[in-house]
Amino acid sequence: MDFDLSEEQSILKDALDRLLADKYGFEERNRILKSDAGWSAAIWRHYAEMGLMALPFAEEDGGIGGGAVESMIVMESLGRVLALEPYFATVILGGGFLRLGGSTEQRAEWVPQIAEGALKLAFAHTERDARFDLNHVETTARKDGGSYVLSGAKSVVLHGDCADRLVVTARTAGGPREEGGVGVFLVDANADGVSRRGYATQDGLRAAEITLDAVEVPAETVFGDPENGLPLVRHVVDQAIAALCAEAVGVMSAMHALTVDYMKVRKQFGVPIGSFQALQHKAVDMFVALEQARSMTMFATMMADETDAAERARAMHAAKAEIGRGGRLTGENAVQIHGGVGMTMEYAVGHYFKRMTMIDVAFGNSDHHLRQLARAGGLFADTAA
Amino acid sequence: MDLRYTDEEIAFREEVRAFFRDKLPADIREKMVDAEHVGKDDFVRWTRVLNEKGWAVPHWPVEHGGTGWGPMKQYIYLEELQKFPAPQPLAFGVNMVGPVIYTFGNDDQKDRFLPRIANLDDWWCQGFSEPGSGSDLASLKTRAVREADHYIVNGQKTWTTLAQYADWIFCLVRTDPAAKKQQGISFLLIDMTSPGIEVRPIVTIDGGREINEVFLTDVRVPVENLVGEENKGWDYAKFLLGNERTNIARIGVSKQRVARIRELAAKEMSSGRPLIEDERFREKLASIEIDLKALEMTQLRVIAADAKRGDTGRPDPASSILKIKGSEIQQATTHLLMEVMGPYAAPYLPEGDDRWNEPSNVPDYARFAAPSYFNNRKVSIYGGSNEIQKNIIAKAVLGL
Ligand SMILES: Cc1cc2nc3c(=O)[nH]c(=O)nc-3n(C[C@H](O)[C@H](O)[C@H](O)COP(=O)(O)OP(=O)(O)OC[C@H]3O[C@@H](n4cnc5c(N)ncnc54)[C@H](O)[C@@H]3O)c2cc1C
Repeated sequence: MDFDLSEEQSILKDALDRLLADKYGFEERNRILKSDAGWSAAIWRHYAEMGLMALPFAEEDGGIGGGAVESMIVMESLGRVLALEPYFATVILGGGFLRLGGSTEQRAEWVPQIAEGALKLAFAHTERDARFDLNHVETTARKDGGSYVLSGAKSVVLHGDCADRLVVTARTAGGPREEGGVGVFLVDANADGVSRRGYATQDGLRAAEITLDAVEVPAETVFGDPENGLPLVRHVVDQAIAALCAEAVGVMSAMHALTVDYMKVRKQFGVPIGSFQALQHKAVDMFVALEQARSMTMFATMMADETDAAERARAMHAAKAEIGRGGRLTGENAVQIHGGVGMTMEYAVGHYFKRMTMIDVAFGNSDHHLRQLARAGGLFADTAA
Repeated sequence: MDLRYTDEEIAFREEVRAFFRDKLPADIREKMVDAEHVGKDDFVRWTRVLNEKGWAVPHWPVEHGGTGWGPMKQYIYLEELQKFPAPQPLAFGVNMVGPVIYTFGNDDQKDRFLPRIANLDDWWCQGFSEPGSGSDLASLKTRAVREADHYIVNGQKTWTTLAQYADWIFCLVRTDPAAKKQQGISFLLIDMTSPGIEVRPIVTIDGGREINEVFLTDVRVPVENLVGEENKGWDYAKFLLGNERTNIARIGVSKQRVARIRELAAKEMSSGRPLIEDERFREKLASIEIDLKALEMTQLRVIAADAKRGDTGRPDPASSILKIKGSEIQQATTHLLMEVMGPYAAPYLPEGDDRWNEPSNVPDYARFAAPSYFNNRKVSIYGGSNEIQKNIIAKAVLGL
C-alpha cells in the first residue's frame, strides 16, 4: 500500500491550489456567486488551460489519462474553496458517461470539446417521486424510425441551466421502477421541446427543472444499450460519489481549519475560547470525523474502477454514509463554535456548512446509503479481512 | 401524583383552540406552518386580536393586563399557540422588557410603556450582545455618560433581532467603567428614532433578514429612560434571562413540526412507497418523539413546582435542561423535516419568488426545509449557548 501522491500528482495538486488561492478568495467567490451565471467563465478557462477538463479522459480520446486519484485531488481542492464552476457536472458526471459508456465515435466527437472547456454537460436523471432511487425513471423514450422521442420531467439537475448537452435517462421499456428498460441519451439542451428553469441551490450552486416535451433525438446519441442503461448509470454515479466524497473532505478540512483558527483568536472571559475544554473536545471530534472521512474517500477512490458492481456499490454506500454523518457533525460544530458569526452570510464557515449539507442530499443521503449497505449485507460479510 | 390534566384544564385547552380557529387569519397560519417569514404587519395584526381578547400578555400581573392564569394554564395557552401554529407575541416586549419594567421600573414608565407593549404599538428589540461580548456579556463596552438630564451613549450592539422594525431598544450600557464588570452596568430604554442610531442588516446563512448591527453615536437618552437604579442593570438582565423558563423549551413548536414531518413524509415517496412507511425513517421520528415527550414531562414538572412554590425560591434543577434539550429537539426536527424532502431540499428560492412552480416538479413546501434547518442552528447559540448552559448546570446544580 502507498498512500503518497506521485510526483505528477503532487505537481497537479500544487498548481491547482495555487490557482485557487489566487482566484477563489471569499470575497471573490461571493462576487461570482451573485453574478447571473453563478460561476466564473474566466476561471473555467483557467481549469481548461491547466488540463483539468482533459484530466480523466484517455489520451487516445484527447484526454490526459488521469484516474480516480487525480479526480480525488481535484475535487478535494475545489471543495476547499467551494468552487462554483460546473466541473463535477461536466467532467465527472457527464464525462463519466463518455468514459464508461461512450462509443469511439461519441468519445471522438465530445471529449476534445470538453477538454477545451467548450462543452458543458449535466446529468438529467432525478424525477419527482424517485427520491434517491436510481432505477426510478418515468420519462419515456419512444422509438420512432431512426430516432427516439423523449417526454418527461427532471428535477434538481445540477448545472442543468448552463449545460450545452444533457445526459438524459428515459424508459425504452418497462414500468417506472424496473431495473431494465432505461436508456441514456445525450440531448442538445436547446433542442425543440426542452424547457429549462434554472435556479440557485442552497449552497450557491446552480440547478434546473427540465421538462422534455416530445424531444426528438437521433439513435446515435444513445450511450450503450438503450434497453439496459442502468448498470452504466450506476457505475457513473458510483464514481461521482467517490468524487463527491473528495469534495466533502475539502469542505470539511476547510471548516475545521477555520474553526481551529477562530478558537485561537476569539476571546471571551479574557481568554481565547480555544482554552475551554468543552470546545477543544468538539474540535477534536471534528478532526476525527475529518480523518475518517479522508480514509473512506481513499477507499471509495480505490474502488471507483472496481468492475464487480456489487462490491463497488458497497464501498460507495459506506463512504457516502460516513461522509454524511461526519460532515454533519463537522458542519454543525463549526457553526456552533463560531457562535453568532457562524450564522452569517458574511463569514465563510456558514457557506461550507451549507455545501456540506447539500453534499449529503446529493446522490443519496447518509440514511439512504446506510440502508443500502445493510441490505447488501454490510462491508465485512464475506471476507475475513 | 396524578399526571392527568384536570377537567378544567382540558376545557380551557378547548377554549383556547377554538379561539385560535376562529380568529387567526388563515394567511398568517399558512406562513407559520412552514416557518416562512412572518412580517411585522402579521405580528401586529395578530397581537391586536389577542390583546382585544385580553390574551396578549397572560403572564403579566393583572393590574397591567395579565389574565391571572396560574402557571399550568399559561403553559397550556402557550403550547396551543405554538402548536396551532400561531405567532407568539413579540418576546422582546412581552417576555423581556415588559416584566423588567413592571418589576423594576417606576410608575411613569409602567404607564407609558406597558400598554403599548401589550398592543404592539411599540416594537422592542434587545440590545445586549456586542461584537466583543457574547457569552461574556458582562464585558460589554457600550458607554453611557451622564450629562445633566441625559445620558450620552456611544458603542455598538450586534445580532439585534428584528431591529429593523423596532421603535425602541432596551440596552445594557456601561455607566461605571471603574467598577467590577457586572457592577457598572445600567439598563436603558432608547428611542430608535434618536439621532445617532444606525441599523445595518446582517443576512443569516438561510438568507433571512432577522438580525442587525446597531451603532450608537452620541445618542442622547433622557435620564427618565433609566430603569431602576444606575449600575444595577446586570441584576435586571439576569432577571430577564431567567424569566424564560416556561418559554424556552418551545415544546408546542416541536410538536407542530413533528406533525408536519408526519404529514409531508406521507406525501414524499421513497422506494415506491410513502416515506412514512419506511422503517428507518419511522424509527428516527419515534426517537425524536420520545425525547420530546420526556422534555414535556420535565417542563410540566418545572411548572408544577413553580405553581406550588409561587415565584420565590430556587428554581427546580430540572429547569436547567429545558434550554439544552429544547434546542436539540428543535434542531433534530428541522433536520428531519429537511430529510423528508430528499433531493428537493436543494433548490433555493428567495421569498417572494413566485416563479417557483413554473415549470417545477418540486413541491412548494420543500423550499423552506433547508433554510429552516440552517436557521435553527441559532437556537443552541443565542440566549446563553448550550456550552454556557452546561457550565451553569455543572456549577450551580452539580456543584462542580
Ligand atoms: C440569530 C441570532 C439572534 C440573536 N438575537 C439577539 C438579540 O436580539 N439581542 C442580543 O442582545 N443578542 C442576540 N443574539 C446574540 C447571542 O445571544 C450571542 O450570539 C450569544 O450570546 C453567543 O455569543 P457570541 O455569538 O459572541 O459567541 P461567543 O461567546 O464568542 O461563543 C463562541 C463559542 O464559544 C463557546 N463558549 C463561550 N464561552 C464558553 C465557555 N466559558 N465554555 C465553553 N464554551 C464557551 C460558545 O458556546 C460558542 O460555541 C443573537 C444571536 C443569534 C445567532
